[in-house]
Amino acid sequence: MRLAFKIALRFLKSGKGQTILIVLGISIGVAVQLFIGSLIQGLQINLVDTTIGSSSQITITSTSEDKLIDNWDRTVYEASLFKPEVINVSVAADGPATLDYETDTAPVLIRGFNIQDSDEIYNIDEGMYEGRLPGRKDEVVIGRELSQLAGIGTGDRILVLNPGGGSVRFDVTGLYDLGVSSINESWIITDLTTAQDFLGMGDKVSSVEMQVSEVFEADVIGDRVSYALSGENLKVDNWKDQNQSLLSGLNGQSVSSYMIQIFVLVAVLLGISSVLAISVVQRSKQLGILKAMGIKDREASLIFVFQGLMLGILGAIMGIAFGFGLLYSFTKFAVNPDGTPVVPIYINYGFIALSGMFAVASAMIASLIPARISSRLNPIEVIKNG
Amino acid sequence: MADIVRLENIDKFYGDKIRTQVLFDVNLSFEENSFNSIIGQSGSGKSTLLNIVGTLDKPTNGRVYIKDRRTDTMNPMQLAELRNRTMGFIFQFHYLLPEFTAKENVLMPSRIMNYQVTPEIDQWADELMELTGLTKVKNNMANAMSGGQQQRTAIARALINKPSIVLADEPTGNLDSDTSESIYDLLRDINKEYGTTFIIITHDQRIAEKTDRIVEIKDGRINLDVKR
Repeated sequence: MRLAFKIALRFLKSGKGQTILIVLGISIGVAVQLFIGSLIQGLQINLVDTTIGSSSQITITSTSEDKLIDNWDRTVYEASLFKPEVINVSVAADGPATLDYETDTAPVLIRGFNIQDSDEIYNIDEGMYEGRLPGRKDEVVIGRELSQLAGIGTGDRILVLNPGGGSVRFDVTGLYDLGVSSINESWIITDLTTAQDFLGMGDKVSSVEMQVSEVFEADVIGDRVSYALSGENLKVDNWKDQNQSLLSGLNGQSVSSYMIQIFVLVAVLLGISSVLAISVVQRSKQLGILKAMGIKDREASLIFVFQGLMLGILGAIMGIAFGFGLLYSFTKFAVNPDGTPVVPIYINYGFIALSGMFAVASAMIASLIPARISSRLNPIEVIKNG
Repeated sequence: MADIVRLENIDKFYGDKIRTQVLFDVNLSFEENSFNSIIGQSGSGKSTLLNIVGTLDKPTNGRVYIKDRRTDTMNPMQLAELRNRTMGFIFQFHYLLPEFTAKENVLMPSRIMNYQVTPEIDQWADELMELTGLTKVKNNMANAMSGGQQQRTAIARALINKPSIVLADEPTGNLDSDTSESIYDLLRDINKEYGTTFIIITHDQRIAEKTDRIVEIKDGRINLDVKR
């Protein structure tokens, strides 16, 4: 074992050019695999985050006639039993309305929240760029687009008409930007009681919203929540059912990314294998004399397995370094006008470790063919042929 | 004295479709502690004979005994071990490992037997290199030495495990006559001092005449066997 290792090391050292080439080959393979894998993962996480990160991932609504949830305290309690899988449980009283401003009217959505709870989902506070959140009754915040359209600023009073024909005046205490223009131009966010009174809901709410800690488990968790609910006429939706096309897109992307990674690995494997096979032929004299001196076939084949192992480890380490370099330069050079990277890179240490291990394993697999040739080499062939 | 090598009814054929017979019913044995030479024209089968003795090649028919153990039926593992412990090889092309230094080459058979080099073995290697006049170049890489030095390294390597038999195939074939002479003197000294059996293929008549026994192979048969 140790002799095989020593000989392997010497062979690699004496064939420096060849060793450098093969290590470079492996490391480029690993780097590309790492880069593509991290990029696609980053892309997907980013995409999922922008699409559903700041929205309700499981939503409980009512199928009763008025579409409102009675006894919502109980529903919130029952959903909260699923912590920590379920997080940020909150309620919303929603309803359509019309904003009457100086020159025209605009359709809007009144959203009444327990602001502190819903802030966990929507990050409203973070999105506030002017003023403050509603604190008292009849205070609201509106989005950037709506404020621009209607020419409304912080401190203004607005007139809102409800579907029943009544009208109420609200104080605008601030402006928000949640990053989605359809929200910014339609949501009027206020506290729960204001919305309930305005929409004539009494003490009921229109939905119970929550997020989950593992977004891709939303359907499973949703089913379990649904099973646990005691209230009648309740319906549980999850984001996955509502975003099938996004999911299949993500899936397709994952599959193509895996394909690329696999083919890169196969190319690396073939490369290592052929270089090592050549090196067996180059070292056949040495192997022949070693065998004449009594080295066992198994030991002779181990020389090449160790070479594969060392090349694999070296290549994996260098490849990971290259990969990080690539990712770093990508986040530095492929940037949006505001300087943030086009795709935020997601560093997954598990994935990196796995890809390193794959490289080492494929180098070892690649060394099996030369190891076999080495094991089968008959010393007499070498000695007879000078 | 007891025979250390015994060949019985050895036939050797080469080739599958066209079979060529190189050895014809050879019966030959060598005594312990003897110093023997095998001579013969090229193609006579003498190298094949030596390779069969060295267990590198197998006879088509016949039996080979080394120290009374039959070798032609052993598996590769057993043969490797037998070669490592009882035989030393010196070839015309010295076949040093160019990736290693002279001393590492000398120690290689010992490392194959047992990776750990004990102080005794290390000292023995130094002694052998002293004996072969290699002390100055012992840390040179194998191919950074002259041809004679390389061949003497191969001789030291053949002796490191204190083998009972040393097989040499034209060990001085590509060396000048002065160097050849000194190398033979060296082999002779080792034979006397350590009682190692030598079987040496040579085409040099003068050298053959210095050995205890000359076996001439002609066309795959023993033509002459002279003991002195």
